[in-house]
Amino acid sequence: MSPTAPHPAPAPHGTHGSPEGDRLVGRSVRRREDPRLLTGRGRFVDDIALPGMLHAQFVRSTVAHARIAELDLDGIREVPGVVAVFDAADLGLADIAARLDRPLHEFVPTDMPILARDRVRYVGEPLAIVVARDAYAAEDGIEAAKVRYDILPPVVSDTAALAPGAPLVHDAAARNTLVDVAMFATEGIDDVFAAAPCVVEVHTTTGRQNALPLETRGAVAAWDAKEDQLVLHTCTQTPHQVRTVAAACLGLDERAVRVVVPDMGGGFGQKCVVGREEIAAAAAALRLGRPVKWIEDRKDALTASFLAREQRYDVRAAFAADGTILALDADVVCDMGAYSCYPFTAGIEPLMASAEMPSVYKVPAYRVRGRAVTTNKAPTAPYRGVSRPQYVMVVERLMERAARELGIDAVEIRRRNVITEFPYTGVNNITYDPGSYLESLDLCAKVLHDEGWYAAKEQAAAEGRHLGIGYSCFSERTGYGSTAFAARKMQVVPGFDISEVRMDTTGALTVTTGTQNHGQSHETTMAQIVADELHVDLGKVRIHQGDTERITYGWGTFASRSIVVGGSAVQRAAAKLGAKLVALGAHLMDAKPEDAELGAGCVRLRAEPERTVSYERIAEAAYLRSNLLPDGIEPGLSATASFDVFDDGTFSNATHGVVVELHEGTGRVEILRYVCVEDCGVAVNPQVVEGQCRGGIAQGIAGALFEQITYDAQGEPSATSFMDYKVPTAWEIPDVAIHHLETPCLFTTTGAKGAGEGGTIGAPAAVLNAVNDALAPTGVELDSTPITPETVQRALESRP
Amino acid sequence: MTDTSSRENHLLITLDVNGEQHEILVEPRRTLVDVLRHDLGLTGTHVGCEHGICGACTVLADGKPVRACLMFAAQAEGTALRTVESLGDGCGGLGDLQQSFTEHHALQCGFCTPGFLMLAEGFLAECPDPEPDEIREVVAANLCRCTGYQPIAEAIGHCAARRLKEK
Ligand code: FES
Ligand code: FES
Repeated sequence: MSPTAPHPAPAPHGTHGSPEGDRLVGRSVRRREDPRLLTGRGRFVDDIALPGMLHAQFVRSTVAHARIAELDLDGIREVPGVVAVFDAADLGLADIAARLDRPLHEFVPTDMPILARDRVRYVGEPLAIVVARDAYAAEDGIEAAKVRYDILPPVVSDTAALAPGAPLVHDAAARNTLVDVAMFATEGIDDVFAAAPCVVEVHTTTGRQNALPLETRGAVAAWDAKEDQLVLHTCTQTPHQVRTVAAACLGLDERAVRVVVPDMGGGFGQKCVVGREEIAAAAAALRLGRPVKWIEDRKDALTASFLAREQRYDVRAAFAADGTILALDADVVCDMGAYSCYPFTAGIEPLMASAEMPSVYKVPAYRVRGRAVTTNKAPTAPYRGVSRPQYVMVVERLMERAARELGIDAVEIRRRNVITEFPYTGVNNITYDPGSYLESLDLCAKVLHDEGWYAAKEQAAAEGRHLGIGYSCFSERTGYGSTAFAARKMQVVPGFDISEVRMDTTGALTVTTGTQNHGQSHETTMAQIVADELHVDLGKVRIHQGDTERITYGWGTFASRSIVVGGSAVQRAAAKLGAKLVALGAHLMDAKPEDAELGAGCVRLRAEPERTVSYERIAEAAYLRSNLLPDGIEPGLSATASFDVFDDGTFSNATHGVVVELHEGTGRVEILRYVCVEDCGVAVNPQVVEGQCRGGIAQGIAGALFEQITYDAQGEPSATSFMDYKVPTAWEIPDVAIHHLETPCLFTTTGAKGAGEGGTIGAPAAVLNAVNDALAPTGVELDSTPITPETVQRALESRP
Repeated sequence: MTDTSSRENHLLITLDVNGEQHEILVEPRRTLVDVLRHDLGLTGTHVGCEHGICGACTVLADGKPVRACLMFAAQAEGTALRTVESLGDGCGGLGDLQQSFTEHHALQCGFCTPGFLMLAEGFLAECPDPEPDEIREVVAANLCRCTGYQPIAEAIGHCAARRLKEK
């Protein structure tokens, strides 16, 4: 671990340094995605236009919970420009079925129909697909739908869902409970609480949010008669999983579906589950024998896509008098909305929270109950951070509350509790690999001290202003492998990735990966890894993603897995190809493979490095003059390798420090300073890592202070446009000072850990703690988000 | 209701886009952004909300940034329109503003980027020597979900500084 702030020098790591020393891993190489995106030459799904293409929109439920008494679509067919309209009965598609391998008392399966059949469960649920000559006519068509509902009482909150005698969202799910797991229950934990000198509680709720990629969801589906295949262009983080579900729902062989992902305008988890609309659009395209495009409008994106984050925590923790944490006892309820998402199920949020809540601390005793309840709201999907923004917030609140009760400094109490010796196996049976928990905390606090913020706070208090300083200290498990997902008992178990590296006759490299870039810069970072492994210029390497015909298999991009799992598969495949290049190159020099090695764009003899044979010559022999090949070496130059993580993955970590000022009168929370000390091991591209931090922090602040989708008593969502869903702008999002620490991952060749979610995980806790610090003189403590101006103003007014 | 298949009720308009004249037949309700993207094939201009908040659809009309989702195409007759495709050398080579964006990692997914570029292009023409606060105010006009805005503001400031130096 070494501090390198603010920009790390290109740090050589591992054993693969090029003899010429120009390693690309560790350098802020310019992004290779940028030229096309900066010149309007990117190609997003709505940029695709196919001959004869039609346009689809959906008739959606206007009520939260009802039986469909009558669905009259005839009027739609009369609308000029409308070509067809289909309901569930017309299309006859199989449901999307997401499953956990758990007994019924722990998990209740509920299938999601592509179009609602006889019952609707949320406002926005699709009932019919209207296909028209253009998008305007499709919208006209929707207006002509006649739906009669037999209204059922809606379930609009987790507490209402769990209330005795509550109406049922799914008849099979008693008490509206889809997931209910009790875990860990350390023996004697009740005695620990009974004897502890200090027990603190935190009761938290977090608002329902939309991950809000700026590009909404969408698809273009067309039958390719020549290939005898459905081609589904769609902006998904998980192309192979969309293929599997599309084939199952449509009743096709999986071979007969090709999923192609164009450039993507963000995803953040919302696009890592399979949606119903892209399947319906595909079914319509098959029916009509013409391409069908569906582009979600913003209203549907806000109300009827996948939402996230609405959770409730009732947690208590026991502490010793010196601030050492003794036990943690938690009850977590997640409001998952109307359906389980594929492949994760409604277990995604409660299982994450339950498994990982002890966070960066040495918690000796732990008990948790995690539940997912179903309500009449749009369904949920994983969203950047998945439960970690919430449980980190809860645990960090517990730390600060105990610090206050025990009269210990808020940083000091964390120092006494963070894990410092690695590997550390926690009470939750997870083994944490080395990180810089204490070092990041100390550095972050030092920066805020050195910058004078503690003095500024005192000064402000003297002037009657309200400054507060808050921290969050957390880790982020990255590189979940198949064992980690199997431990969640998912029936479909993500984990590995496969990569192919192919060299053509000119020595240029085509690399495939099953990960799916949607802003993370994989075309650059993965190419850096390959270029280093084979000692070629970056320009020689081209990364390909997002085409199920080209990519053997993959699990896409989510859970900060890409650089750890995908990057390792890419590196291994490149190394395998390198071995073949050495064998061939040695043969062309009449030498033994063990006497040769890779040089810059060539194979050379170890003993006589000036004797080389270029990749171009080797490639020529491999393809164009295969008569030169030795026995036992096949023509062609390609290698395939896979990678999976069989232990508990690797933990990135960080500390965030925030200074806020609360404004009397308006209740506005202004962020004056934001410091992030992060450690994601070796940063393959430091500028890209900083981008992930900043963007993640912005989304975390959005959840802490601004964004929330509420529902009224009838289950009508409050936010239907950007007028009523406040996405923060450059006014609200502060600059972020980033400092890097580097504890290399032990099982990736690059030393890299994942970096996609940390910013979002750490921000809500740090902001909330800072607000509470500023509110300290009032005696009010806030535990929930979003922290609205009204709440803050009320707290300020309550000052004694 | 409008019959999209008949030509009655359609308007024949001429649009001046990136210095080229285009004659097109449009429904009166067709927005400028739809015409640019789907009729003229200039798909660099994006759509993020269709209600004037996100700014992904920002183009220049007579040099001023406008939201192309809030305008009917017919309203744009007689103005000189510029889209992201006109920046740089027009053949895919980067201009100084675009160069500054890539240097500062001011784009991740790139979906908001054309809107921010046109916003900044219009702003810098008007205000070549901006204060940091003025830049932030301009950047706050559009939404980006990926970058946290800081690199966008830095890229614009850097471009302005470079232009002033080179004058
Ligand atoms: S699409 Fe025009 S402002 Fe959002
Ligand atoms: S770069 Fe993705 S929205 Fe701005």
